[in-house]
Amino acid sequence: MRNLTLTITVFFSLIVNSNALIEVDITRGNLDPLPIAVSPLHVDIKSEEYKELKVKELGSEISKIIEKNFKNTGLFNPLKKDAFVQKPDIAHLKPRFEDWRLIKAQALVTGKLLVKGGKLKVEFRLWDLAAAQEMTALAFTTTPTNWRRVAHIISDKIYERLTGEEGYFDTRIIYVAESGPKNQRIKKLAIMDQDGANTKYLTLGNELVLTPRFNPTNQMVTYMSYFRNMPRVYLLDIETGTQEVVGNFPGMTFAPRFSPDGKKIIMSFAKDGNSDIYTMDLETRLVERITEHSSIDTSPSFSPDGKFIAFNSDRSGLQQIYVMRSDGTKVKRITFGKGIYGTPVWSPRGDLIAFTKMHKGKFYIGVMRIDGSGERLLTENYYQEAPSWSPNGRVLVFYRETKAGDRGEGFSAKLWSIDITGYNERRLSTKSDASDPSWSSLLSK
Amino acid sequence: MKLNSNLKNVLLVIFATLVLSACSTAKKSGDIDGDVYTGKETVEYLAAGVPDRVFFATNKSSLTTASRATLRKQATYLRKNKNLNVTIEGHADERGTREYNLALGERRANAARDYLMTYGISGKRISVISYGKEKPVNPKSSPLAWSQNRRSVTVKVN
Repeated sequence: MRNLTLTITVFFSLIVNSNALIEVDITRGNLDPLPIAVSPLHVDIKSEEYKELKVKELGSEISKIIEKNFKNTGLFNPLKKDAFVQKPDIAHLKPRFEDWRLIKAQALVTGKLLVKGGKLKVEFRLWDLAAAQEMTALAFTTTPTNWRRVAHIISDKIYERLTGEEGYFDTRIIYVAESGPKNQRIKKLAIMDQDGANTKYLTLGNELVLTPRFNPTNQMVTYMSYFRNMPRVYLLDIETGTQEVVGNFPGMTFAPRFSPDGKKIIMSFAKDGNSDIYTMDLETRLVERITEHSSIDTSPSFSPDGKFIAFNSDRSGLQQIYVMRSDGTKVKRITFGKGIYGTPVWSPRGDLIAFTKMHKGKFYIGVMRIDGSGERLLTENYYQEAPSWSPNGRVLVFYRETKAGDRGEGFSAKLWSIDITGYNERRLSTKSDASDPSWSSLLSK
Repeated sequence: MKLNSNLKNVLLVIFATLVLSACSTAKKSGDIDGDVYTGKETVEYLAAGVPDRVFFATNKSSLTTASRATLRKQATYLRKNKNLNVTIEGHADERGTREYNLALGERRANAARDYLMTYGISGKRISVISYGKEKPVNPKSSPLAWSQNRRSVTVKVN
């Protein structure tokens, strides 16, 4: 991720005065998605061959990725290309606005690219068709093999311009890839782009691995492994592949996450039938005990400012969600609704906590304010848990399992996402069964 | 009239027999008391008459009377075999969040370990490991399977 050299330059002095430009409201379920035309990017005829890349098709491939990203948000309706009325290169220079309006498009994306001297140069423009004006324009230079990321970055810039919120397309998801029969599951750490492309496996499946989570810069992952049948929290450097056990605990450590500054790992340590929450500073190796209670304390998650921790405890008898200061003081129960609650995860915006709720044999993913008020259940199912936030705090990814028959047949585990509006529930494409997803932050920030 | 009431009695007896036999089959295939598994279908044995596992109620780690009896048999067996060490594996069913279930499995394994220790088995001979919901013995999604999966299993390590 670090080796990507990406230069982004604003290449037009934009005449953006804010008279009646299009805006997309993402705070409510969008039943009327914005019609948008994504023109294939024009491939400059001076382009050269590059390794196995089909350079001539790059322009159309990039536009397809952008369209898919937009469609998946539920906020945009990418229009069919066969209705397009202008050649990509001409539209990119200056669209005939009235013609594009005829096909009911409200926004238009145009662009061009050049592959030359081992570099990929891409530029794009976003046009407001009603106002007949350009909204944004950017140019990038990168290595040609990064072309998918270019498509995601363009998607992010357009999403940002139209919604006023940061995008989440140039991101990855780390998860546990599952295979094999239900009572002999093989589990591997896997990483993929948020759209399901570029799946890579980080472990071989020789030992059980669970609950991977990114650090804030997405270079490190903390997870739990049963390596040598010793269930412990591990730290993995994705680029070098180096792994190490976190701390020197005489028993099971689990449920790890990074602190928002990436300097500590917070996790549970189980001993003599009791699980408490600990942190370890990755630099000083200093271990701190945060909770000291005879109940199960687990699933800790820091607030983005690092001042508070949400966690799961059964100190009241059954699983409930609690919030405390990051030093373990001022513990306060925040869930009092019907049923039991687990897996609290603090939103990157700081305003909400996502959770799993179990009630009358059903599992729900929901969000609530950090004091436990305003609970909203987003989705109900036979089994689902482990929400993880998109970096802009608008979407949750989680996993869902199906019921199994006598010999475990019919069982599957898949990743799903849903907007915090409760709309736009959809399954993520993964190469195999999948669980325990964790969403990265934006890669090119 | 008389004949009629006789017939009624006969019918009642037949009906009662049917109900009773239905009950006994249900109990046989059910094997759940409260929601603790009481059957033997999944049980293995450390030695003749020494079951290897005990079962738990949903979200609980308390030992039932039957579980205590099983663990006392294990303790007797371990006292006789002084060089034998064991690992107690703690498990949960699939109807709970993964991380909490890891903690719950650990708590269950320790409940069994503590009981063996009160019957004179040294803690040094008993290690514990929790698998949470990761290793179901019965893969089915049913109350019976879940009750079989909520267990602690004593496994010989040497």
